[in-house]
Amino acid sequence: MLHAAWLIPALPLLGFVVLLLAGRRLGDPAAGWLATLMVAGAFVTTLVVFSGLLGRGGDNRLFVQDLFTWIPAGGLQVKTGFLVDPLSVTMALFVTGVGTLIHLYSIGYMHGDDGYHRFFVYLNLFIFSMLMLVLSSSFLGTFLGWEGVGACSYFLISFWFERPAAPSAGKKAFVTNRVGDFGFMLGMFLIFTTFGSLQYTDVLGHAGTLTHATAMAIALLLFLGAAGKSAQLPLYVWLPDAMEGPTPVSALIHAATMVTAGVFLMVRINPILAEAGGVATLIAVVGAATALFAATIACAQDDIKKVLAYSTISQLGYMFLAVGSGAYVAAIFHMITHAFFKALLFLGAGSVIHGMHDEQDMKRMGGLRTWMPITSVTFIVAWLAIAGIPPFSGFWSKDDILANAWDKSPILWLVGVVTAGLTAYYMSRQVFLVFFGKERWKESAHARSEPEAEAEPEHEPAAAAGGGDLAAAVGGRDVAAASHGDHREFTPHESPPTMTLPLVVLAALAAVGGALSLPFGSFRPLETWLEPVVGDRLHKLSLSGSTQVAYALGTVVLALVGIAIAYLIYLGHRVREESVEPKVLRRAWYVDPLYAAVIERPGRLLASWSAFFLDAKVIDGAVNGVASLVRGGGTRLRAVQSGYVRNYALAVASGAVLLVGYVVVRGGG
Amino acid sequence: MAGFPYLTSLVVVPAVGAAAVAVVPRDRDDVVRAVGLVASLAALVIGVAMLVQFDGGLGSFQMVSHHQWIPDWGISFTLGIDGISVFLVLLSTLLFPIAIAGPTVHRDYKGYVAWMLLLEAGCIGVFLSLDLFLFFLFWEIVLVPMYFLIGGWGYDRRVYAALKFFLFTMVGSGLMLVGILVLVFLHERATGVLTFDLVTLARDQSLAQTTAKWVFLAFAASFAIKVPIFPLHTWLPDAHTEAPTGGSVILAGILLKLGTYGFLRFGLYLFPQAVVDLAPLFLTLGVIGIIYGAVVAIVQRDLKRLVAYSSVAHLGFIVVGIFGLSTQGLQGGVLQMVNHGLSTGALFLLVGMIYERRHTRQIAELGGIQKVAPVFAGVFMLVMLSSIGLPGLNGFVGEFLVLIGTFVTHRWWTVVATAGVILAAIYMLWAYQRVFQGRPEGANTVFAEMSWREWAVMAPLLGFIVFLGVYPKPVLDRIQPTVDALVRHVEDHSDYREPAVNRGRVDARPADGGKGAAGAEGATGIGTGR
Repeated sequence: MLHAAWLIPALPLLGFVVLLLAGRRLGDPAAGWLATLMVAGAFVTTLVVFSGLLGRGGDNRLFVQDLFTWIPAGGLQVKTGFLVDPLSVTMALFVTGVGTLIHLYSIGYMHGDDGYHRFFVYLNLFIFSMLMLVLSSSFLGTFLGWEGVGACSYFLISFWFERPAAPSAGKKAFVTNRVGDFGFMLGMFLIFTTFGSLQYTDVLGHAGTLTHATAMAIALLLFLGAAGKSAQLPLYVWLPDAMEGPTPVSALIHAATMVTAGVFLMVRINPILAEAGGVATLIAVVGAATALFAATIACAQDDIKKVLAYSTISQLGYMFLAVGSGAYVAAIFHMITHAFFKALLFLGAGSVIHGMHDEQDMKRMGGLRTWMPITSVTFIVAWLAIAGIPPFSGFWSKDDILANAWDKSPILWLVGVVTAGLTAYYMSRQVFLVFFGKERWKESAHARSEPEAEAEPEHEPAAAAGGGDLAAAVGGRDVAAASHGDHREFTPHESPPTMTLPLVVLAALAAVGGALSLPFGSFRPLETWLEPVVGDRLHKLSLSGSTQVAYALGTVVLALVGIAIAYLIYLGHRVREESVEPKVLRRAWYVDPLYAAVIERPGRLLASWSAFFLDAKVIDGAVNGVASLVRGGGTRLRAVQSGYVRNYALAVASGAVLLVGYVVVRGGG
Repeated sequence: MAGFPYLTSLVVVPAVGAAAVAVVPRDRDDVVRAVGLVASLAALVIGVAMLVQFDGGLGSFQMVSHHQWIPDWGISFTLGIDGISVFLVLLSTLLFPIAIAGPTVHRDYKGYVAWMLLLEAGCIGVFLSLDLFLFFLFWEIVLVPMYFLIGGWGYDRRVYAALKFFLFTMVGSGLMLVGILVLVFLHERATGVLTFDLVTLARDQSLAQTTAKWVFLAFAASFAIKVPIFPLHTWLPDAHTEAPTGGSVILAGILLKLGTYGFLRFGLYLFPQAVVDLAPLFLTLGVIGIIYGAVVAIVQRDLKRLVAYSSVAHLGFIVVGIFGLSTQGLQGGVLQMVNHGLSTGALFLLVGMIYERRHTRQIAELGGIQKVAPVFAGVFMLVMLSSIGLPGLNGFVGEFLVLIGTFVTHRWWTVVATAGVILAAIYMLWAYQRVFQGRPEGANTVFAEMSWREWAVMAPLLGFIVFLGVYPKPVLDRIQPTVDALVRHVEDHSDYREPAVNRGRVDARPADGGKGAAGAEGATGIGTGR
């Protein structure tokens, strides 16, 4: 059964090729269904491989399937193949699982868009690349997927390429990620220098032979790559902008899967990290700092997706905190639960945006729970999960990380706990602003000026026409009227079942996902399962069970306090909203302007100076200048021809001849 | 078919084609096109048949055809091929039919085709010559058609650009001629044999070290101008911008490779110790080229000029691969020559198509084309990603091999060179954004999709771009023995020793038992500079 591994990425690849060639003919919605089917097939295949791996004994859960030699060059032999082990299968399971749900959701969400089939072309290519990333048997294969998901991310962020902001955001994502890739590449070079191979089995098994300095260098370089892909300080700046992409993309790529690739890479190289001493501490510090930093920004954003973007950065910070604390299982655990609840939050947000006719400003929402029952109930489940309220999944995974962080350093733990409080606060703020309180959209709809209301964005994911008949049956409140009626008097509406079904499934997973790894007893399936990958390098908690429960209760209380404060401000209106949303947070600590001033502007000046002064005036000027000099100086040469460069050339040539002749005479003599 | 004179016919067929075109009446463009296509496609067919006969396991010259020419001076007509030249010859036979039949030529098609075919004969001759005199002859022949192609079929400042191209190259040629003569005469003085035969000269290594260094520099000046290596590059943007589309395709695809090929075939082969001694200089210039070319490309306003500067950066990678003197770097360098020919050739064709439609190459005057012509934009995107070096496409494999191989031998140069991958993304994506994204306005609202003829021209390039990215093995396997032999040759005639990791001769992995890294590091040899 393990031999089916190649089929996992092959199916989405096939989908990509078919859609690329025939997607336009298949059209809407057949193209979407085909894409979804391919990913679902990959999911089923992964299940088969998973059961095959389960059937093997704990020590024997490693299977390498090499298809062909990709790059043979002397001492470097890179194979295209797959490393099937508990880590890669876990990743593949949730990538294909969540991927299938989001594909399904997109069938409804993207309905009516001009680029419908193009969207699914990219989406299937993304899934293929992501699977190559997690399943490949070599660093270079992972890098292939790594760059592939980066390219897909670029395509999909700039999907609505006619809007000025989208292409800029896509470019920013690609370039920022390339900074990280610079580290990844150098890391691979150093690995090759040291081990003579890039295959995981050749490298990781021998990590124990590394010197401390080499291990540190490799780990640091790969961490640079991870920080780019997983949006950590200081390379996180592309992720908030990435929200220009369609919302399913934000859910799939910029929340659940691609951005966790850095965490995956760090867990994959845990044998190297074990030799790298201080690097783990650095990772933990960067993770904790990112978690807190991004959480503060999330408290003051008005755009429903921007809040979630900063929240994602913050949660990824938790995962790196876990990696740095040696809690690899906790990192993967949180990665999985986060995939559930954050994908759900994004899809819920997409449903809201959809129902509100492309409104993303939370200050223009409110009271939507009565209009969008399924969306709001599922969103609330995700909210409780991310806020860390037991028994929802986020509580368990976050608690696992915090307990390990305590062992690493109480300061890191404190940062994590404060972040947890902030998380509860900003997520509650979002839920209250969107689903509770006054229906502010009624006012803002009237307030909006006529032309703005008429200027329908080119993207109108009209729900009604697609699964229209079905939609009407399932809570589709006023669907047809909403999408075809008068937009100035619109009413929010629930989304069609292709969109709400994934919400319900994800909500169920977000609720019970914690069962993967509970802190009591000996039944910890995720830890047992991942044991072959992390071995004895996994940090053993020093806290006793009861202490851990006490700490966890403290965190829950803090989360409740966060919720209460948000309630008082945004529903109770005890404090003016503006006073808790300072400009410095609204502008995200001014990091973008800072980068523009320190990197972008000087860079552009340098480029202009190089091109229009150094190259044009100095270097080329010297060429033409020497020529003019020659022409000016020698009338005899001028008489020969009018082309002045010629004269210069002649002068140089004869000079060189003399020079070489001199040397030869001396050298020969 | 083993006895068939593949190499000679590869040179003769295009030359005969050129002569045939010359006698066609001036007003019969259809006949001209037919003759041009038949001749260049015949060369392609011969090239492919030659590849089938090519023994990929051999590291030495094969299919050698040797004829006495001027025996008194030791000059012979000797052609031969090996793993380094074989794919460059094939690239030539692929790109010339494209340059002949692909772009629209607006005046004197007959002259255009005749010069193109003569140029093809010259280029292939350079790649195949094993006699220094013959090599120099072909090297000079190449110059003439290119000069007339730029000057006769180019754009506004074509005369200036053509002259600049011609004179820059002539300066180099003059130096190289002196170098060749010095080498041959000193060889005669040392051994008593007067010969221009490359293999003999390389084997005997008759020059004193200091002399060898100077003679190498005379060769290198010529090659460096052709590549071009910073700061000798300023003829390139002018020549590219003013040349007709087909001229740019050949200029970037083939002519620049003459320089890097020269370094490999004549630099490393004839002057190993000099190359080893001067490697830091050329590595530095190569790295500067990578960074500088990319930085300058960012702010270019003319799309063609932007691609030209990107060539400076790409060729920098090849230079780094050659002077890094590692197996991977050399293999990657050779592969990258082919890759650059494919992707930059394709880019110039696409820019030419844009010009045909919009009569401008100014980036500021374009915009939103993806909306009007999504398929065209998709093709451009693919080629662009190949140029950026996205894994899975051809550009990555060459670039990666160059960097990983050179990292082992010359670490810090590689670190800077790797930064070039960031810059490549900046200039390409920004250009794509301004040309293809956004909302189309004014004249940009009309933009025809790819025609069938354009597809026919692009399809083979796109096919190879993908194929070489996914499965470069057939090519790398055939390059490897020659590169191995070349590295051995350099080691035999210099104090250079390639690190074991690159060669894969010894299991470089640290031995089990304790922190065995000292042994592993020691085994990686020079240049790892810990």
